[in-house]
Amino acid sequence: MLRYALRRIFGVIPTLLIIIALSFFVIRLAPGGPFDEEQTLPPEVKANLEAAYGLDKPLPEQFARYLGGLAQGDFGPSYKFKDFTVTELIAQGLPVSLMLGLSAVLLALLVGIPLGTVAALRQNSPTDYGIMAVAVLGIALPSFVTGPLFALIFGLQLRWFPVAGWEAGEYRYLVLPVITLALPVIAYIARLTRGSLLEVLRTNFVRTARAKGLPERQVILRHALRPALLPVVSYLGPATAFVITGSLVVETVFGLPGSGRYLVQGAINRDYTLVMGMIVVYGGLTLTLNLLADLLYGWLDPRVRYD
Amino acid sequence: MTELAQPTARGFWADAWRRLRRNRAAMVSATLIVLISLLAFIGPVLSPHPFDAIDWDHMAVPPGGPNEHWLGTDRLGRDLYVRTLAGVQISLQIGLLATLVSLCIGVAFGATAGYLGGRIDNLMMRFVDILYSLPYIFIVIILSTLFDRGNILVLFLAIGAVGWLTMARIVRGQTLSLKRKEFIEAALASGVGTASILARHIVPNVIGPVIIYATLTIPQMILFESFLSFLGLGVQEPQASLGSLINEGAQEMESAVWMLLVPAGFLVTLLTCFNFLGDGLRDALDPRER
Repeated sequence: MLRYALRRIFGVIPTLLIIIALSFFVIRLAPGGPFDEEQTLPPEVKANLEAAYGLDKPLPEQFARYLGGLAQGDFGPSYKFKDFTVTELIAQGLPVSLMLGLSAVLLALLVGIPLGTVAALRQNSPTDYGIMAVAVLGIALPSFVTGPLFALIFGLQLRWFPVAGWEAGEYRYLVLPVITLALPVIAYIARLTRGSLLEVLRTNFVRTARAKGLPERQVILRHALRPALLPVVSYLGPATAFVITGSLVVETVFGLPGSGRYLVQGAINRDYTLVMGMIVVYGGLTLTLNLLADLLYGWLDPRVRYD
Repeated sequence: MTELAQPTARGFWADAWRRLRRNRAAMVSATLIVLISLLAFIGPVLSPHPFDAIDWDHMAVPPGGPNEHWLGTDRLGRDLYVRTLAGVQISLQIGLLATLVSLCIGVAFGATAGYLGGRIDNLMMRFVDILYSLPYIFIVIILSTLFDRGNILVLFLAIGAVGWLTMARIVRGQTLSLKRKEFIEAALASGVGTASILARHIVPNVIGPVIIYATLTIPQMILFESFLSFLGLGVQEPQASLGSLINEGAQEMESAVWMLLVPAGFLVTLLTCFNFLGDGLRDALDPRER
């Protein structure tokens, strides 16, 4: 297990470096700079600005300086939010985004697994069809449709939760965003759980467990559910990527001060360092969470360690 | 005396078509897609309003009023029926275009990697793995910083150009199992070159899974376009896209809920139909997977 873990951990570092290098050079080689849109700038001023930010240096040197800064946790200055460094902006927004994302994944697991289990245990019953129909809908509806709809129904009509905004520590502001973000993941996890539990229920060891007279509860919880949840564990990696993508929309819809909006605003403003910083942070986050999901899977299922 | 029906030998495609026709969800979806497409391209002509004309007398009127705005207007008095159909047009065009690009690259890349094998295969698939590990939307956002806003065609050529990863994996897997078959050996023995083997023997034989996956890629691409336009990174005013219409609708939903519901309804219907059709095609072309 330790060797497997080490191999996987060291596999992540070159991947992250390649992602950083690719996005750095692709963004820099594109025509147009961050100061192009302020058209009134005289050439001397622009040259001075570029010199101040080190943009006049050759590209490889800029890249080396950027990597050096990264190693010390310095993502460079933001070109558009002029009073802030990228590090400050991310440090402001990231806790909110993390809380949103983690709550959504947690909710998805807590709701999705029981729903899938119930559907599998009552296969082909109205309950099963009902759960699966809702799951199909949950996967088909994009979050930028469900978000506004939830805000309309539960926020504006029923007035159960605030529609938008944020006050630190006030969890009711998180309810609608978290549900919106979690809904497709709940649907997917329910479908995965149902499918794999149905398969496990047909295996010999489940029949043995029943034959030796174990109560049905124990057969399901102790014997069937454990192997049936392996596909759910391996879905956790893609799920985090999905949640990160979804958080861009959900933060916009519900006006949360997370870091996702910086990626969008950075792209609209061509704020290179901000976009780069977000890609490094979110890319690193995705890779790390994927790694954790893989390690968890390797720990649960020893077979995958030896390929 | 009753005559026994002659057993007829049916080809693979005839068989698949028969299975697809029996799948009601897939057939209803296919019909709906055709109808919506026809409506999207013919429908705007039937309305007296251009998609960007402002009707000062009818601002934010609900659908079904006594005026000629069948699905109401937005807060600038632009006809929502025409704008939504224009959005559907853009979504369909972009979905098809981006899928086509990703299909060409994915098939070529996957077939080459799988057929050549060895170190080249390793290197090529490692590259795919790295791109895979980054959420797709990041690549899209990097790309959208590179192009002028509003140059939607170039942006989506580029998105198609990064959307081929899954296609490449599927085609590579199929190629690996194909290249040991006798007919490839026969082609090799008769002196056919690598490029011709790929084009004439490998690619035609992976067409089944490619069609299935392409049908499932179209809704993904439509979703991406709407997602980007919703965030303001895609189609720009006064052009309309389902995503940008939903965004406008979400801001007005308190007073004009139809502005949200009309484009959202079209988008969800399209996405669901393409997904059902793709599932139906998979069942029809690959009955073992059921």
